[in-house]
Order: sequence, then structure tokens, then C-alpha cells
Amino acid sequence: MLEQSRPARLTLRVVALGYLALLLGIPVGVVLYRTFEHGIAPVWDAITTPAAISAFTLTLEVAAIAVPLNTVLGILTALVLVRGRFRGKAVLEAIVDLPFAISPIVVGLALVLVYGRIGWFGPWLADHGIQIIFSLPGIVIATVFVSLPFVAREVAPVLREIGDEQEQAAATLGASSWQTFTRITLPAIRWGVAYGIVLTVARCIGEFGAVSIVSGKISGETETLTLLVEKRFNNFDLAGAYAASALLAIIALATLLAMTRLNPRKDHQS
Amino acid sequence: MSPSLATDNGLSEVPPASPAGPPGCSRLRARPHRRARAGGTGPLGTGVVTIWLSLIVLLPLAAVTAKSFDDGAGRFWDVVTQRQAVNALIFTLVVSLLAAAINAVMGTLVAWVLVRDDFRGKSAVNALIDLPFALPTIVAGLTLIALYGKNSPVGIDVTYTRTAVLLALMFVTLPFVVRSVQPVLLELDREMEEASTSLGASPGQTFRRIVLPNLRPAILSGAALSFARAVGEFGSIVLISGNVPFKTEVSAVYIFKLQESSDNPISASAVSVVLLGVSLLVLIGIRVFERRGDQRA
Amino acid sequence: MITVENVDKHYGDFHALKGIDLEIASGSLTALLGPSGSGKSTLLRVIAGLEVPTSGRVVLDGRDVTNLAPQQRGIGFVFQHYAAFKHMTVRDNVAFGLKIRKKPKAEIKEKTDELLRVVGLDGYQQRYPSQLSGGQRQRMALARALAIEPAVLLLDEPFGALDAQVRAELRTWLRRLHDEVHVTTVLVTHDQEEALDVADTIAVMDAGEIAQSGKPRDLYDAPSSDFVMSFLGPVSRLGEGLVRPHDLEVLLEARDGAREAQVVRVVHLGFEVRVELLLADGNGTSADGVGASEPVVAQITRAEAAALELSAGDIVWVREQLGTRGADGPKAAAA
Repeated sequence: MLEQSRPARLTLRVVALGYLALLLGIPVGVVLYRTFEHGIAPVWDAITTPAAISAFTLTLEVAAIAVPLNTVLGILTALVLVRGRFRGKAVLEAIVDLPFAISPIVVGLALVLVYGRIGWFGPWLADHGIQIIFSLPGIVIATVFVSLPFVAREVAPVLREIGDEQEQAAATLGASSWQTFTRITLPAIRWGVAYGIVLTVARCIGEFGAVSIVSGKISGETETLTLLVEKRFNNFDLAGAYAASALLAIIALATLLAMTRLNPRKDHQS
Repeated sequence: MSPSLATDNGLSEVPPASPAGPPGCSRLRARPHRRARAGGTGPLGTGVVTIWLSLIVLLPLAAVTAKSFDDGAGRFWDVVTQRQAVNALIFTLVVSLLAAAINAVMGTLVAWVLVRDDFRGKSAVNALIDLPFALPTIVAGLTLIALYGKNSPVGIDVTYTRTAVLLALMFVTLPFVVRSVQPVLLELDREMEEASTSLGASPGQTFRRIVLPNLRPAILSGAALSFARAVGEFGSIVLISGNVPFKTEVSAVYIFKLQESSDNPISASAVSVVLLGVSLLVLIGIRVFERRGDQRA
Repeated sequence: MITVENVDKHYGDFHALKGIDLEIASGSLTALLGPSGSGKSTLLRVIAGLEVPTSGRVVLDGRDVTNLAPQQRGIGFVFQHYAAFKHMTVRDNVAFGLKIRKKPKAEIKEKTDELLRVVGLDGYQQRYPSQLSGGQRQRMALARALAIEPAVLLLDEPFGALDAQVRAELRTWLRRLHDEVHVTTVLVTHDQEEALDVADTIAVMDAGEIAQSGKPRDLYDAPSSDFVMSFLGPVSRLGEGLVRPHDLEVLLEARDGAREAQVVRVVHLGFEVRVELLLADGNGTSADGVGASEPVVAQITRAEAAALELSAGDIVWVREQLGTRGADGPKAAAA
């Protein structure tokens, strides 16, 4: 095998790993050290305050609504984009990608302008006693928006790759559309779906910008974990902020682990 | 943004990988049996998806755009050309471009080392690359402060400087180029490099003339995604930058401040529309670029 | 002149080349023939410098190049899957080696156009490799390798990825090209027909060693082992020896040294007729049981077949024709 010379290879390795260490590895290490330098007890205290528990619960609640919603509709979107054939498909495809490129701040603002007090539906919603902005529905809608593309984007290439021959075969064997979907298509795309879900969960739990505008940051009510981190930092409660961060980081690490396990590309190679 | 967007278009470099390809291509190929039937979604599915996307994505964006012109185009123009707004926008674009450029170079290098080199712990490093995707942005900001903030254990304090913003953007956009270049590099025909070597090219010449041109589409699309992400970034910047007007204030933070401080969101909306325009341009640019690449391959 | 001296190559535990000694004459077209895994490609890559031998020497025209990088050896290498530079036009592909050598522009253009004419790709200068057929890509790759006027042209299964018809065409074309250009050429192939058709010397490789090398005809007529014999063409086992189908004689009555057999199938292949036979005494099975279920195949002319009026079920006698020079011929006759 043709190889680069040893010094060249070592230099590249050192530069690449050095960059990753300075940007990722060491900062994360320092945060973990700072968090746990006085042991587990203070960390435990900081994440079991009523505000922290309420924030954690809210974050999970939001994810529990947004993730299934985006999973089901994401799979449907992927099916429509890959198998469908209609005018304006390219436009639809572009819209799916939009949330990737839009600033979360703009998302938050936009939602306020639709559902807020001065928004398009504001007066109507107020008349019917429905509150969306500064309450749970607003946070959920913002989260759904920012995490919308993941499942569709992961499933679409898998659908493309498997083609529709198996589905046609199932159809000739008498399976209904629904049977074909549950028995043929879904098993074939399950890893893509799982990977998409993992990414969606990570994004849902970590969303900050959009949520910080629509939630109103009412402690104990509409304060998610990420908002709690910010509040504690701004209140000079650094240890508290680190502790809440550690909780989020653990979720992130679990996500990372799941991502490496589920990476659909590896699955294809076997 | 997901790594898949990047890896997905990376794969399209390899001709047989995408039988259906992007919509523009499938039209060229005669595929008699391509209908929404088996596994069917049909018009109902298309309808549901269209309504869903309109409701969640388009409706709010329309609301911002409409609001920004509430007091006419003149007012819109006045708002977005205010010194503070222009300053924030220019800084946002420049610092995003810089972060994207740095990660284009470093990301390619990291991808190269991950694909072509071998060392202990490589798979752990490979997994670590995705950390910025998995870590909440606010935590990312806090993480950088831990090492490069006031109580820095190494004595480097960049908080409230423009470097801090750059650092934060480099952190959150790190995976894009790596993840778009990696699969292309894996699939790259090693025989091309051997052919180049047998024809007398030095390793440097082979890299410049053979490897780099084949990676270029992946590097550019990864960098474009990085840029798009950086332009809208908020969470990782807000703690570390101090949000000093005319210095470290990016557009997203500027919008946030406008929205928080006034009950009349026309100004915030107008600046948002500009930011939205930038994002759209980048997205369209990536798509046009990918189309062109697909046609040649 | 290429000299390979006592070359060994290990990949971990795998011994890919075992003390290879080989001389390849200047201006010859030599085929390295062998099954996959026999080490033929590894040997070619060692000559090219794309692999470094574990021990041994490679000498090109009197120059020891064992430790020289590929780019300093002055070789042209053609890959099975073309290794076309996808991002360059056909012209830029062919011009690559000349550009690396910083030749004047005019010279590059002239040379490139001339080579493209030679390989029959004139007019394709501005195309990209993706717009060419497999055969065209491989001809482009050949032009690219020839552009730098290599002392040695190395071809690694160059026609392996092409379909049968294009393969036969390109093979003839390569032979003619070689007669014109006269560059020392080494071709790796697993296709005996290709080797016999194109090469003036063949080295048959087996399990990292050279089983036999020489002129195609000598190898065919006097194979040094069963392996070489069976690799160079179809064989049947008759008793303990191997025999070529066209060396078998089919008789209607018992004669000296002939064995009784039943006709299983008669296949008309144009000029020749293939007769598949089951031997009465157990199908020519040897002691090791190899080929127990394989019928003995005899290949006779149409005229002979017509005279014998054979059909399935007939009982005939079969023996090796007198005067053939198969390696195990005498043994088979004696058995």
C-alpha cells in the first residue's frame, strides 16, 4: 500500500488531534472537573432543587410531545418526498431543510408574531382563553419547528437506497398499502428512523434560542433545563449552572453513544 | 443541522449510490413504474405533509415577513440600515465566514486523519466529532467559558471579545465539514492516487491535483452548512460574547434584544427578514451547486 | 529488461510472494497468469513500486529501483477499474503526467492529441470520463500511461471490468498497439485465452510462486505440472493423467489402450463437436476421488462426429490420440 511518509503522517495527526483537543476535548474535561471538583453531593443538591426538577420535567414533557410528532410526520414526509411524484416536490424538499438554516431567535420571534398577544391569531386565542406563547404549547411548537427535519432527512436516503421493488413485490402478493408499510418498508428503514429520533431528541432537549423567546422563562412553570443553565450563570451561580449543564451533557453523551451505535451507514456496509 | 445533510450529498459523488437522485435527475431517467402506490402515501399523504410544513414552518415565517413591512418599505429600510443593525450583520457574516473557512481547512484535515491514519482511540475521537451536534448550545458556550473564560486554568480569557464569538462558532460548526468530507474520502478511488503517483506526481501534487478537486464539493457544501448555521447561532454565543454593541454583538443577539426591549417587533422582524434572506441564499446556493455537481458526475 | 530477484512479500501472516525470480525481456509482452490470490497483481505492483517487497530486488534496465518511489521509476500503470481522474477532461487526464513534468504547453497538446488518435479517442478531448464507455475509459487510461513514454508498461487486469466482446476487441487492439510502440509490457490476467492471445511470454503463477514461464506454445504443449496444464485450457481426467479434449480419440470398437464409455451428451459447437462421456469403469475417477462426477469431455471435428453418428446412450471407446505431447499423456496411455 502506498503510504504517506511517517513524519508527514504524524504531523497531520498531531495537528488534527490538537485542534480537536483544544476545541472539544479539554473544554469538556474542564467543565466536568469544575462540576465535580467538590464531589457529587453539591451537584446532586443543585439538580434536585424544585426549580431544577420542574425544569427537567418540563424538558422531558416537551420532548415527549415533539419527538413522536416529528417522527410520525417525518417518516410520512420522507415517503412523500422519495416515493411521491407531483409538482412542487422540490419546493417541499427545500421547506423541509429550512429549519436547519434559520436562526432559532427568528423562529421564536416568528411564533410570537403568530400566536402571541399581538400576533395573527393572538386576539382569537385570547377570546377563547387559549394561551400558547409563554406556556407549554408555545415551547412545544418552537421545539417541533427546530427539530422538524431530522427524521425526514435520515429516512429519505434510506428509502431511496432500498428502492420500491420490495414494496411492489408485496403489493403483487396482495398486501394492502398499510400492510406493505408496516411489514416491508418500516423494518427496512428502522435504523434510519432510530438515528433520526436520536438526533431529534438531542435537539429537542438542547433547544435554547427559540424557547428562550416563546417561554417567558417563568421559573417553575416555563423554564426548561437550558434556560435554567442560563439563569444560573447570569445569577453568578456558576456551580449550579455547571451542575445543570452536567445533566444536559450526560443526555448528550448518551445521545452520542446511541449515534455511534446506530449510524445507518455502518449498517449498510455489513 | 444534521450530519446527514452533509453525508447525504457526499454520497451523491459516487454515481451508483443514488438510484433516484435529486428530483431534477429522476425526471431525466425513464422510470415507468415510479408512482406513489406501493408503500403508498398518495395524494392524502402529500396533502398532510404540505399542510404540516405550511403550518409549522411557512406560517411563522410569513408572519415575520408581513410584520417587518407593517409600516412600509421605507421603515423597513430605515430599521435594517441603522448603524447597530448593519454593524451586527457585517460582524455576523464576517465571523461566520471565518469560522466556516477555518473549519473547511481543519475539518478536511481531521477527516483525512480519521480516514487515512490509524491510531489507538480513533473510534473514540470519531465519536467525539458529533459532540457539538449533541450538546445543547448553551452548554457549549459554558464549556468554552470553563477553559477560555475568566477563571481559565490556562490564563487565557477571551470573554467579551470577538475571538470568543469565533471560538463559539468554530465549536458548533466543527462537525459539518468533517462529516461531509469523511464519506467521500472513504469512497475515493485509491487507484486514482496510485495512477497519479505512477505518472510521476509527488505526494503533494497528488493531493492538490487529484484528491482535493474530488473533495472540493464536499468541503464546500460542509463549509456552506457551517456558514448557514453560524449566521443564525445564538445559544453558544450569548454567554461568552457579552453581546457588546458594535463589538461582539451578532445579528441573532441584536434581534433578541430588540424583541425583549420593545413591544413593537417591527424592527426585530425586519432584521430577522434580512437574516432569513441570508439563510435562504445559502440553502439555494448549496442546492444549485449540488445539482451542477450531479450533472457532471 | 525487468529483473525480479528473489522477491518476498508478506502481509502479516499471509505470504503473498515466495522468492520470485523473473526476467522480462525488453520489448516483450509478458502475461502474468494465475487464479485470484496467486500473487500476480502483487508482483506487478511490486515492479511498479506501489508495493514494497519484504525482501528481494527489482531491477529496471540495470537500475536497482527496489527502494525507489513509483514516480521515479518511469513506469506506466493501467488499473482494472481505469482509475480515471473523474474531475478532469479526457485531455487533462492524458496530459497529467506531462504537466507534472512541466513540459511546454504546445508539446503537451501535440502529444496528447497524437496519443488520443492512436487509442482511437480523437474528438473526445473535452469529455469527462463519466461520459465514456468502459472500453473508452480504459483506452484513455492507456494513453495516459503511454504519454510519459514509460520504459515499462504495467497492466493490472486491464480488461477485467469489460464485457466479453469489448474485451476481445481491446485485446487485439493492445497487441497491435504493442507492435507499434514496442514498450516492454507486463499484463496481469486470470484469463488464459487472453494470455495466449496477446502475450509472447507467459508466466503462470500459483500460490505466490511462478509455476512455469515460457512461450505460450511451450507452456501449452509441455506444461510442467497438472496445475499449469489445467490452467491453460480445458482438461479431462482419464485414469491418472490429465488430457485435453481435442487430444481424445473416440472409437466405435475396442482398441489398444482405449476405455469403454457411454455417450451422455453430444453438443455441436460450430466446427467442433463436444462429446461428454461416462467411463464404464467409474468415470476415470482417480484415487483421490477428484472429478468423480465430472464426465470425460472429448472434442472432435464435425466430420468425425458425422462419421461416428454418435447420439446419447451409445457405447464407445475412448483413448488419447497417439503422438500428442501432453505432460501426462504417456502415463494415461499406460494406465
